[in-house]
Amino acid sequence: MNDMVPVLVEIEATSEEAVLPIFQYLVEGSLHYIKTSKQLVAQVEVSGVIRYKDLLTGQVVADLSKSDVDKIRVNNTLRVYLRNAIARIQLSAKSPSVRESAVRSLLSKLDQETVATLESLYPNETNKKVKEAMALALAMNTAAQTQLAPSNRIAAIDTLSTSLESDVRNLLTQLTRDGNAAVVSAANAALEKIAQRVNRFAFVDQLFFGLSLGSVLLLASIGLAITFGVMGVINMAHGEMIMLGAYTTYVVQLIMPNYIDYSIWVAIPAAFLVSGLMGVLIERLVICRLHGRPLETLLATFGISLILQQLVRTIFSPLNRQVSTPSWMSGSWEINPVLSLTLNRLYILAFALLVFIVLVIVLKKTSLGLNVRAVSQNRNMAKAMGVKTHWVDAMTFGLGSGIAGIAGVALSQLTNVGPNLGQSYIIDSFMVVVFGGVGNLLGTLVAAFTLGIATKFLEPTTGAVLAAILVLVFIILFIQKRPKGLFPQKGRAAE
Amino acid sequence: MTRLTAWFSEGRSTGKHTLPFVVILLSVTILASAANLFLPADSAFYVSTYTITLLGKYLCYAMLALAVDIIWGYCGILSLGHGAFFALGGYAMGMYLMRQIGDRGVYGNPLLPDFMVFLDWKELPWFWLGMDQFWFAMLMAVLVPGLLAFVFGWLAFRSRVTGVYLSIMTQALTYALLLAFFRNEMGFGGNNGLTDFKEILGFSLQADSTRVALFLITAILLAVIFVVSQKILSSRLGKVVLAIRDSESRSRFIGYRTDRYKVWLFVYSAVIAGIAGALYVPQVGIINPGEFSPINSIEMVIWVAVGGRGTLIGAVIGALLVNYAKTRFTAIMPDAWLFALGAMFVLVTLYLPKGLMGLYGQLKAKRNSVMNKESQA
Repeated sequence: MNDMVPVLVEIEATSEEAVLPIFQYLVEGSLHYIKTSKQLVAQVEVSGVIRYKDLLTGQVVADLSKSDVDKIRVNNTLRVYLRNAIARIQLSAKSPSVRESAVRSLLSKLDQETVATLESLYPNETNKKVKEAMALALAMNTAAQTQLAPSNRIAAIDTLSTSLESDVRNLLTQLTRDGNAAVVSAANAALEKIAQRVNRFAFVDQLFFGLSLGSVLLLASIGLAITFGVMGVINMAHGEMIMLGAYTTYVVQLIMPNYIDYSIWVAIPAAFLVSGLMGVLIERLVICRLHGRPLETLLATFGISLILQQLVRTIFSPLNRQVSTPSWMSGSWEINPVLSLTLNRLYILAFALLVFIVLVIVLKKTSLGLNVRAVSQNRNMAKAMGVKTHWVDAMTFGLGSGIAGIAGVALSQLTNVGPNLGQSYIIDSFMVVVFGGVGNLLGTLVAAFTLGIATKFLEPTTGAVLAAILVLVFIILFIQKRPKGLFPQKGRAAE
Repeated sequence: MTRLTAWFSEGRSTGKHTLPFVVILLSVTILASAANLFLPADSAFYVSTYTITLLGKYLCYAMLALAVDIIWGYCGILSLGHGAFFALGGYAMGMYLMRQIGDRGVYGNPLLPDFMVFLDWKELPWFWLGMDQFWFAMLMAVLVPGLLAFVFGWLAFRSRVTGVYLSIMTQALTYALLLAFFRNEMGFGGNNGLTDFKEILGFSLQADSTRVALFLITAILLAVIFVVSQKILSSRLGKVVLAIRDSESRSRFIGYRTDRYKVWLFVYSAVIAGIAGALYVPQVGIINPGEFSPINSIEMVIWVAVGGRGTLIGAVIGALLVNYAKTRFTAIMPDAWLFALGAMFVLVTLYLPKGLMGLYGQLKAKRNSVMNKESQA
């Protein structure tokens, strides 16, 4: 089988464009040949059925079954050679990003041929990023060569110290056991420098996860903050409003399976309407009859949450439902080798802030917002001034629930959609509202991000469960000191 | 005898239920126990051991409902975390029973419970020491919930956390404990909890006689707690508690240290819940972190709401009725139970704010007024 290597080297030397797909198919193990004609074909899957594709024309060869073809087998030695060869071929690709990733994939397996290729390509490279990556590869090569002068190697190590690639770190760790003392100290210094940068980026990464958790908490709790602030009642079914929003997303995707990328834009208003209408319904049927009895309201809404959960279980089955992520939201933004931010979390963070801003504008600039603020400050006085408090209550509840529905759309992109989705967030959302201070949107914002970041920074040292417990205990103690939260309502309205 | 009757019935109007309740409870318990022990299994009046255990379980729930009612019905503090006190009492008993297994566990370690051997622990954690003594374990079953309630209540009531805030904090408390007890490192058996118990005080837990004895003890303790609670609540202290429920700030201005009353009532209630948990565990044979889950605690509240809060008898009736319904429902149509439970929450709060006892009172008042009219005519 190793006889194939010289043949492949010859093929690579032709530098034909068709070589790349052949090599790729060969590595994947999908390269076949037709037994009778010795023609090369690639095995592909077309809508679940295995077909064979002509390599030159790209057309599916009709009427070929598994018995007509034979697989071209490769072993590990060949695979290593092929991968390197593919990277070498991609080095001369047109797109700079392809070239850059080709260089980076070569870092772990620099051999003489690769280095030679890189050296020949380096002077002519015009793209700055590709050139940097190539310089890195060459520096790695220089640093590793024990026969070179130590001064050259130390200079190369200096270049390496600016990189965050794990291959570079591996090499430097090897060099700390080098024979030359100057090289060893240079490598140690470089590793130290890299470790500092890695730590800094790990901090940013943690911060990002904290902000992401905070944004989820913000979305989940902000609706609760409004209803609690205006009506003084706790809606235990708030989590189920989130769940309804998530299921709405699922249903929307069922209805338009071919337009998953756009489904989110339909799901957001749909979830707002579904959860909002459900909220208005609950307010009109149950909560308005329990006016002035907050503890009973809590119990009744808990009953509603049980009914809604069981309803969803009956309709959609108790199993989790898969909601697909639109292609533009999946993937991640790779800033450098140690820091990459997942796009869906990034979008949700932005979305949460957007929802917050819109809500603040609604409350500050619209007549509904004026009424809502009036009722939350002094219900009786507002009533005396002619504010229809019943109508305000229903609208507030609808608004709060609708936002919970939107939170459900966001959550469906992060976690599994199941009947218990809402329950798992409800206690955390209460904590946010209590921590931030009732009826204060800014407090909710600060509290959500504080708790999110605190949780994520505690997690590495204490573990996820203990972090959750510590945060809960902290809030219980915090409430002792400041029973009205971070930003209490002041003045006569407060009591 | 009349003095005894008078002693049972003194105090507020609700006290008149005390004597009938104690008599009915004890006679039903004794009859059922006798029917289990002395009748042949094919007799029409035979009560199976399964039923005895089920009834014992209901009585534990009734005790727990009493605890919730004392704090909610009489003092207006809606605790959504009483499951925590119940489970802590249960864990204390479970630890004792675990130590009783000795070297009969799967791994045959004479000192360490199976799950610790499985986790490759070498010695017993400090909080398991002494748990092989029954008296010490029972002391813990009372002390730990009481202490937790004291610390929590002292912190909360002193800084005047009331209403829905307090409810949410109690829910967070039990939720935090739920998370904590799920951890294997805590040393309470993690997810699986404590189970596989063999015997209590040397009596096999599988034996009919032990089960009946546990059932009888539960009934007697329920009666004792009922009477004691009735006494406490109809005393001077009870009147202050009611005053706090009806208007806390007014009671405070009159000069009562309302926070102290609330703390001690909260501790008393938690201790009852702990006792209920300790009685519950040997009868059902398992205790796991699921008992801490917030939904359990909130279910207890609905037992009290259904029966009628502010009346001790209502709490007991509610607990028995709702749990009987739960057993029947989950056997016949498990899916419908949550619908029924949810509907119960909504309907009881909307239409039966005083529960079944309130309904009973209304009907009686109506009949009385009709009779009065007839007699006048």
